[in-house]
Amino acid sequence: MELDPLILSRIQFAFVVSFHAIFPVFTIGLASYIAVLEGLAFKTENPVWTKLSGFWTKVFAVVFGMGVVSGIVMSFQFGTNWSNFAQASANFLGPILSYEVLTAFFLEAGFLGVLLFGRDKVPAGLHLFAAIMVATGTFISAFWILSANSWMQTPAGFELREGVFHVTSWSEAIFNPSFPYRFMHMALASFLTGSFVVAGVSAWYILRGREVEANKKALSMCLWLLLFIAPAQAVVGDFHGLSTLEHQPTKVAAMEGNWETSSHVPLLLFAIPSKEKQENLFEIGIPSLASLILTHSWDGVVPGLKDVPVEEQPPVAIVFWSFRVMVGLGVLMILFAVTGLVLRAGGRYYQSRWFLQGLRFMSLSPFFAVLSGWFVTELGRAPWLVYGIMDQASAVTPSLTGGMALFTLIGYIVVYALVFTAGVYYLMRVLYVGLEDRHDEDEHEAERPMRPFSATHVPFEIEDEDGLENTAKQGGH
Amino acid sequence: MELFDLPLIWAFIIGFGIIMYVLMDGFDLGVGILFPFAPNEEARDTMMNTVAPVWDGNETWLVLGGAGLLAAFPMVYSIFLPALYIGVFLLLAGLIFRGVAFEFRFKARTSRYLWNWAFAGGSTVASFAQGAVVGAYIQGFETANGVYVGGALDWLTPFTVLTGLGMLAGYALLGSTWLILKTDGRLQDWAYRITLPLLAAVLVIFGIISVWTPFVDDLVRERWFSNLSVIWILPALTLLCAFQIFRSVRKRSEGLPFVATMGLFVTTYLGLVVSRWPYVVPPDYTLWQAASAYESQLFLLLGLLFVIPIILCYTAWAYWVFRGKVRAGEGYH
Repeated sequence: MELDPLILSRIQFAFVVSFHAIFPVFTIGLASYIAVLEGLAFKTENPVWTKLSGFWTKVFAVVFGMGVVSGIVMSFQFGTNWSNFAQASANFLGPILSYEVLTAFFLEAGFLGVLLFGRDKVPAGLHLFAAIMVATGTFISAFWILSANSWMQTPAGFELREGVFHVTSWSEAIFNPSFPYRFMHMALASFLTGSFVVAGVSAWYILRGREVEANKKALSMCLWLLLFIAPAQAVVGDFHGLSTLEHQPTKVAAMEGNWETSSHVPLLLFAIPSKEKQENLFEIGIPSLASLILTHSWDGVVPGLKDVPVEEQPPVAIVFWSFRVMVGLGVLMILFAVTGLVLRAGGRYYQSRWFLQGLRFMSLSPFFAVLSGWFVTELGRAPWLVYGIMDQASAVTPSLTGGMALFTLIGYIVVYALVFTAGVYYLMRVLYVGLEDRHDEDEHEAERPMRPFSATHVPFEIEDEDGLENTAKQGGH
Repeated sequence: MELFDLPLIWAFIIGFGIIMYVLMDGFDLGVGILFPFAPNEEARDTMMNTVAPVWDGNETWLVLGGAGLLAAFPMVYSIFLPALYIGVFLLLAGLIFRGVAFEFRFKARTSRYLWNWAFAGGSTVASFAQGAVVGAYIQGFETANGVYVGGALDWLTPFTVLTGLGMLAGYALLGSTWLILKTDGRLQDWAYRITLPLLAAVLVIFGIISVWTPFVDDLVRERWFSNLSVIWILPALTLLCAFQIFRSVRKRSEGLPFVATMGLFVTTYLGLVVSRWPYVVPPDYTLWQAASAYESQLFLLLGLLFVIPIILCYTAWAYWVFRGKVRAGEGYH
């Protein structure tokens, strides 16, 4: 069997980037939440806020650490597997990605250390300032990364000379057409992720009767926030879609499973798109609704996949279904947010067990929504890498063989499986130990180094199970 | 309109970043290489504690180097990484394992031995891979039209295996002299004992590499045996540093062995740089040919000039805070 380095490189990139993406999308939202908690603690001096902030900062430290580790791999992928692309686009992507690294550096060098270890060592105001700076820093990092990605989707501000991109306008290139929408969409996705994880974990603690007062406050905050951002995400998503319709019509055609350019296009709820037959094998839809959503008029014209030759069409079925998973989860999020408001009367939101159980499961939903959203936008761009200009096949490293690509693909899967099993397992331990005070750790330990994980004082193995149960019970009262 | 020779400025920046990385991550990788040979588990705790506060700051230079290469010398980035494909994977896998071992070993009780192996194994593999990268650079790359056209394992030759071993020995020496500086008692005695054999190994391997290098490439031979005799001061300084290590260890001086080892690395590094200057992708491309566009180099330089001083200050401060001896039972558990 012939091993195709292109396919294997694509799988490898999808694997490492998907794995990486789930960490920052959570830490960006969580950093803002911690900044808000710190602000409340500073203003009201209520110890509940300090307790919540302390706990979620520990979680932040672990997830941030895993994000950094998986991010190191990303900065070398362009060179190892996509060297032609790296060579061609370095004039723009090089500085942009370097600025992202510099931002991360800056964050790590200054404020993260103060946030993680400085609570008792620096004035409260400075600690709050550090929390705000960390939150801001995560957004600046996202700014650069999303600018780079958006430029590959809707390239602007450049000129092509001898196959190499030269920047003619930095502002046009950085603020390229799809960037504002993608940035807003991703920022809200981060807030949704942070909110649903905090809500889900708080719900779990409430169900177990642990630190109920503090967790009730956390849950209530999240539900208020979700009430605004879950619907807002739908609106921003709609604008993002309209921008995509303008700049990448083929992607929209794949999202809608629409083959022929026409008006009165139905919104398909279910379909089996077949690229081979150039049609849907089966479909159920609501007449004219896609036209209405995309053009805001019943007889609006929606582009079809057949506008471009078969070899320029993306893998339709995956894009079509990923889009439905994302939208479906988004609708579910809105339903939970509204339910939270309804249950607020009489404080039922923290008493109704089915709602709390539901929130537990919903804590995973943003991760699936984010990943399927990225599948839509990345696969929907295929076969292009820089849309309309450079395709994936000409971007791949010329000297790369299928065997080499397979070797590292398996290698990365093994490394990530080992490392992140340990990481996620440890995160579960941190959650299990929870918010309750434990005084069995050495005091001077916190004075030592400034590394993310040392912010947590949770042993790796499960031990002293009974002691833990006791503190849990005490905390509940 | 091009006011400055930006590629030259960038070559200095990246060159500075590389030697910063080699010196700083070098000693903590070295501690990892020496880890399995430590006298006992308590010594291992102390060894890890000596580098725990600073190691991740040290590694950030590598990430900045990677991104900086893409921005300033994309040709280096897009030829080295494909050519060293397997080696880069081993390097990254090694660094990931030892990074995670750092975090979890202190929190582990019964699974501690597993993290010991991850730390030592990851450090050793990563160090060897770095040495092989240096060897591959001296060897040169098979390119056509600015694209790598060689095979997957071209970088793995007897010469690069030797440079890999040289890096292992060199980092181990940095590690052992670092431990002399940072520890006392039995652990320090052990570090004193292993330093001279390590120095001998470094001198033998570096010596063979130095004799071998001119035969790998004509240009290197010309450089060293032409009329540019002033560069011979570099190997002379290297030998002087080696002698200083020997003398200071015999006198049981605490700081000087580490400083002299850093000197040994710096002079060797400069010797390597003059061998190949100004070729960044030997044998064909100079740093000016490998550079990115003027406006791109300028755009990033502005940000870098602002951030690099801050990083340097923070680094100096971190080392200052954690100065002094690390003893058993201190630090975290």
